[in-house]
Order: sequence, then structure tokens, then C-alpha cells
Amino acid sequence: MIHKFKMFGTNIVVDVNSGSVHVFDEISFDILDFYEKLSKEQIVDKLSDKYDREEISEAVDEINDLAKKELLYCPDIYKDYMPLWDKKSVVKALCIHISHDCNLRCKYCFASTGDFGGSRTMMSPEIGKKAIDFLIKESGSRRNLELDFFGGEPLMNFDAVKIIIDYALSISEKYNKNFKFTITTNALLLKEEYKEYINKHIQNIVLSIDGREETNDRMRYRVDGTGSYKDIIGKIKDIADSRNQDNYYVRGTFTRENLDFSKDVLHLADEGFKQISVEPVVAAKDTGYDIREEDLPQLFKEYEELAHEYVKRDKEGNGFNFFHFMIDLDQGPCIAKRLSGCGSGHEYLSVTPDGDIYPCHQFVGMEEFKMGNVCEDSFERNKQNTFMKSNVYSKEECSACWAKFYCSGGCAANAYQFNNDINLPYKIGCELEKKRLECALWIKTQI
Amino acid sequence: MKHIKTLSGPTLKDSVKNCGCGECQTSCQSACKTSCTVANQSCQKK
Repeated sequence: MIHKFKMFGTNIVVDVNSGSVHVFDEISFDILDFYEKLSKEQIVDKLSDKYDREEISEAVDEINDLAKKELLYCPDIYKDYMPLWDKKSVVKALCIHISHDCNLRCKYCFASTGDFGGSRTMMSPEIGKKAIDFLIKESGSRRNLELDFFGGEPLMNFDAVKIIIDYALSISEKYNKNFKFTITTNALLLKEEYKEYINKHIQNIVLSIDGREETNDRMRYRVDGTGSYKDIIGKIKDIADSRNQDNYYVRGTFTRENLDFSKDVLHLADEGFKQISVEPVVAAKDTGYDIREEDLPQLFKEYEELAHEYVKRDKEGNGFNFFHFMIDLDQGPCIAKRLSGCGSGHEYLSVTPDGDIYPCHQFVGMEEFKMGNVCEDSFERNKQNTFMKSNVYSKEECSACWAKFYCSGGCAANAYQFNNDINLPYKIGCELEKKRLECALWIKTQI
Repeated sequence: MKHIKTLSGPTLKDSVKNCGCGECQTSCQSACKTSCTVANQSCQKK
């Protein structure tokens, strides 16, 4: 299977199964429309009005050569080759819901403004420690383990964060584990003392801000309705600088109310941020700010314009990283990772303040997805297996998609929210993902 | 080649030989939290 597309005059061809990426000239790009359907002679005849016959013949030979080397039209060897789903799954990452309360009331919050549909509670250090014990027990021989302190707003319960990190580090050597920590915060409560601790112990920080002040404050406001931008921008800049503009992300969400989101990304870049992630909202249908199919053409244009500016700034020595434009063609993840995807529900789980285990943060509060509790030492392996077996081959719609080994079948939670089935991908998400990938690949041809 | 420039080779196919150690970062832990992209993660072995 191949995918061909043109962007800003560059003809890009992806060979889906081998992972090869090529840049074609006009002749060879046109030939692909007939290749595998017509003979070489027929192709030469077909395109002879447009191109020189000798040149067409030469280009067909080049395509033949790549096909012979399986750099084009490579067969899919992975389904039978990888007995991936027979292995016992291990857990390697936990999203620790350290706080089910928040000091913001963001309109689009999937966590029901912080409480995930339950009561506004905090995780105790004891439950956090139980979560660490659970992770160690379920991680088998995996050495690298991840913990993300998430909310609600984690800084509302920062003392517990510190106790849990201290505990994890105190037993890491004993169990031969290497913990990596992330914290996701809206930065409102960020202060010098917290910053120092975070910079010393926490490898990655995700700082929530949506972009321009009016965009941010339209969605991200306090309990009293006042916007948050003015209070956070300075703090976020300060901590990003203190980490040498690395090992952090400013992370925003765009909605139907700012379909011109590229301006928000560029606003963050103009403010000096070098690590930026701005992503489409996942909101229930008809909320008013949910992305709809008719918005896609505008959003595609936005991604293209952003890609263009991204390259321009990079060439001017003023580049930045945009999370979804980052793609490593040479040293990216192996095929096993690409088949298993984000790992939600089997490698990656969420733990609530009460110790309840869910497939990921987005499933929290959906009782039917509860998988156990770290305090009761209960864990439903049949549910874990259901998620483990959900992969690009179990999703019918993914089988014919060129992007399947880049997105790995998409987000299970989005699929469930929109289609009531973790194996039925969320279509708008798929379309946006494909566009982002095309932009990312085009960027690779430019810088 | 005159008509085609190869930007990257058969990285996926090559990865079969030595894959599945699972030590890599969990995709959702980095920044996204809602929109999954796996291909922008790094392999821990490289």
C-alpha cells in the first residue's frame, strides 16, 4: 500500500508497510496512478501527451527498482509475524490522579471541570504509594516506568506528589526500576518552591495554556469566571526558561471557537516557547465548540499554513517544536510499538484518588471500565486483555488506512466516546491526524 | 535516481529484527493526552 500526496509543490510518497518515504518528480508521481494497473508500454502511451516517452520509461524503471527492493508496494508482513497479542501484558506507566479538584472551570474539560463526574477529592500519599507498589508488581522486568501526576490540578495536592515521588525513588534501586515523572498543571499555583522541586525531580512538565489571551480566557477561567491568561503566562515562561526551553510542553486545546488555531500556536512561539502542543478538543457532539466535519477544510488549511511558517522560522534560526509535527523517520518506534499504540488499558493505566484503576484518564468515571483498585489488590485481566488486543489489525477501518503505523489506531477513549466501541476510530480525529502527518512528512522534505 | 529521491528507507521493516523491548515512553504520557500519535516517540535502543 502506498500513499501519495502533494504539498506546496512537493510530491511525497509513503510506502506504508516498509516505512519508506520518497519525493517523486512530476512524471514518476503521475505514473503511480497507473502503476500496477497498466503495463509499462501502456503507461508510456497514456502519459506521452504530457511527457517525453524516454523519460516516462526511465521513471517506470525507477519505480520498478524500488518495488523490487520492497521500498514501494511492500507487502504487510506484520500481522502474521508478530505474536504480540499472545504475550502477557505488563504495566509500565500510570496516570496518577493526584487531585480530583481544580481551581479552573475550563468549559471543554473532559474531567467535568476536575472531578471526573465524582466528588472533588485528593489522593492521599498512602494511596499513591499503593499505586507505586501496584506498578512495580505489574511491570515485570520492564525497567523504565513512568508516572504522570494529573488532575484536576495537581499543584492543589503537591505535598502528596512529593511524598509519592520520594517513595518511588526510595525503592527504585531495590526493584531495579528507573522512574520518570511528568506533571500536568495549569500553573496558577506555581511558585518558586514548587518550581525548584519540579526542576530537580520531574523530567517533564506539561503546562496548560491555549494560546492568545482571548482564546485562553474564553475556555480557561476560574470558579468566579475570570480568565487565567494574565496570571499564568509569566509563570509558564519562567519555568520553561528555567528548564532551558526543554523537557516541557506548553499544551493547548483548540475548539470550534478558534478554528484559526495556528495563530494561537504562533502566539505561543512568539512568546518564546520552544516546545508546543496544541490539539483539537474532544467534546461531546453539539456542545457548540465540538469540531465538526464541515470544519475540516479550514483546519487542514490551518495545519498547512502552520507547517509553512514552521519551516520558515526554522530556516531563519527561530524554530520551535510542534508536538504533532515531530516525526522521526529513522529512529522512531519499532513495529511492535506501532501496533500496540498508546498502551491505554494494558501498559498505561489511570489511578483515581480512591485507588480505582481505569484504562486511562479519559475513561475515569465510566463505571463499566473500572478495572480494579490498587488498595484491594484487584485487577481485571480480562479487561486488560481486551485493550491489549485492540490494535491496528482489530480495527477494520484502520486496515485500509495509510496512516495506521503512525497513529497506531488512534485513541481508544475517543473511539468509545463517539462510537461506543474502542475498535471504531473517531473519524474527525483520524482526518486531523492524517493531515498532521502529511504536514510532518512535508516538513521532513524541507528541513 | 533521477526521478525519485528516497528520504528514508524501510525503517519499519528493519525494526522487526530487534523490536518489542517495550522500554520506550508511553505515547500518552508526553504531551498529547487526547490525540494519539505514536510515530513521534523515540526508540530507547537508538
